[in-house]
Amino acid sequence: MLLHDIAHCRAGDKGDTSTLSLFPYLDEDFSLLVRQVSANRVREHLADHIRGEVVRYELPNLCGLQFICRQALDGGVTTSLALDTHGKTLSSRLLALVL
Amino acid sequence: MRIGSGAGFAGDRLEPAVDLAARAGLDDLVLECLAERTIALGQQRKLRDPALGYDPRLRARFRRLLPVARRNGVRVVTNMGAANPVGAGAVTRDLLAELGLGGKIAVVTGDDVLDRLDLGLPALEDGVPLADHGAVVSANAYLGADALLPALERGADVVLTGRVADPSLFVAPLAHRLGWSLEDWPRVAAGTLVGHVLECAGQVTGGYFADPGVKDVPGLTELGFPFAEVAADGTATIGKLADTGGVVSIATVREQLLYEVTDPTGYRTPDVVLDFRAVRAEQAGADRVRISGAAGRARPAELKVSVGYRAGYRAECGISYAGPNAARRARLAADVVTARLRGTGLRIRADVLGALGDSGEPTDECRLRVAAMTPDPEAGDVVCHEVEALYTNGPAGGGGVRTEVREVIGIVSALIPREDVETQVTVLEADGAAA
Repeated sequence: MLLHDIAHCRAGDKGDTSTLSLFPYLDEDFSLLVRQVSANRVREHLADHIRGEVVRYELPNLCGLQFICRQALDGGVTTSLALDTHGKTLSSRLLALVL
Repeated sequence: MRIGSGAGFAGDRLEPAVDLAARAGLDDLVLECLAERTIALGQQRKLRDPALGYDPRLRARFRRLLPVARRNGVRVVTNMGAANPVGAGAVTRDLLAELGLGGKIAVVTGDDVLDRLDLGLPALEDGVPLADHGAVVSANAYLGADALLPALERGADVVLTGRVADPSLFVAPLAHRLGWSLEDWPRVAAGTLVGHVLECAGQVTGGYFADPGVKDVPGLTELGFPFAEVAADGTATIGKLADTGGVVSIATVREQLLYEVTDPTGYRTPDVVLDFRAVRAEQAGADRVRISGAAGRARPAELKVSVGYRAGYRAECGISYAGPNAARRARLAADVVTARLRGTGLRIRADVLGALGDSGEPTDECRLRVAAMTPDPEAGDVVCHEVEALYTNGPAGGGGVRTEVREVIGIVSALIPREDVETQVTVLEADGAAA
């Protein structure tokens, strides 16, 4: 099963940091995400993009996991050489994670 | 009170804003049009022509929006002043007079701190002194709601600002109409939460959400923008006009709640430090979601400053390959062009796009994209020339070369003591008698 089958995600950018917000479609799947989608797994899955640390926040009030990914935007939106300089597509790339 | 969101970025659509102003019974409509890097581009335009530097779409937007907003008594608050709020104010005054509408325009200035910023300060991103990044062209502090409040108290119909923290554009009208003190941290936190949810406009009504078959959004073509009904205690219901496209659901609101938040336990704005840990979103009807639970701590003593510097030039070029073996020909072209450019010592990136289909098999159409940062446009031309030369000096069947060299304004941040930033409000009166 892909993460895409049970969850949705939104990427945001601040400087060279990407924020990835991950939510299950069904609130009861939140605990599954907490168990399976660790900061390390996110970093390994997106290793081609994220060069710095990944910190995870758990927000059970919103059934959300927030991943703060440092050095993930090739220097940041203005000087990045990536096609997607904001790193917006990282949200969809994360959903390709196999659970 | 009812507050709407009429733009979430400089390139946003205008129709949903006009629709909100016409039919949503709004008190205020906020248009957020300044991304992190947009103001530096405005400074570039202002350097070329001192009369420019405000949002290039300001006049066209206001020509359609202000007649509707003024007729319905909707106050418009926007950061379309960008690098030149004073210039934007003059344009707006002339436009209102030309339209025979009249009105009070308040211009908020003081965000431009280039003349007082210590360029020896380390950038927050990398610790390197600001001046060492390149020639600095702009420094704009993120102002808070306190900078806008005097404009509202003076009865402005239109408020124009430069750099203001996005949620603060909403916090100021909320505090003004609901009688909040800007030191009432729980209420300012609640208002900041409302502002944060609304600031990207269509992103909370289903724009930037659709994933066909998985996250379906009805009527995306006619996407409506959001408004919030805000109670005196700061709790709010997010909604949209009933006969517009899009969707307001717990899922769209949750995505927007955490958008760009790098610390959900303490999201720093000029007005408050917002804590999301008890925030809740509950469905309160069709396309209505109630948000509550914001907690706040005292505002930071320092303001963030966005500093624009000349970072050089970016060359970006592409060439396409199609048919059998297209991916391998594109890859060969990438290897050839990077080898030919190796001697330049430039930072170069070559991507082969579309090389693999959903099945993981090579597809029959690929595009090589080459990008490089260069210190001057001439070095950029060298990169473009090598990609163009692939036509007759590279693999078979390459076509569709496009090349572009553009100046890059980089952005880094620093902190400045709040006391070093002085804001002013200037009120302009448009003569409504002219027609």
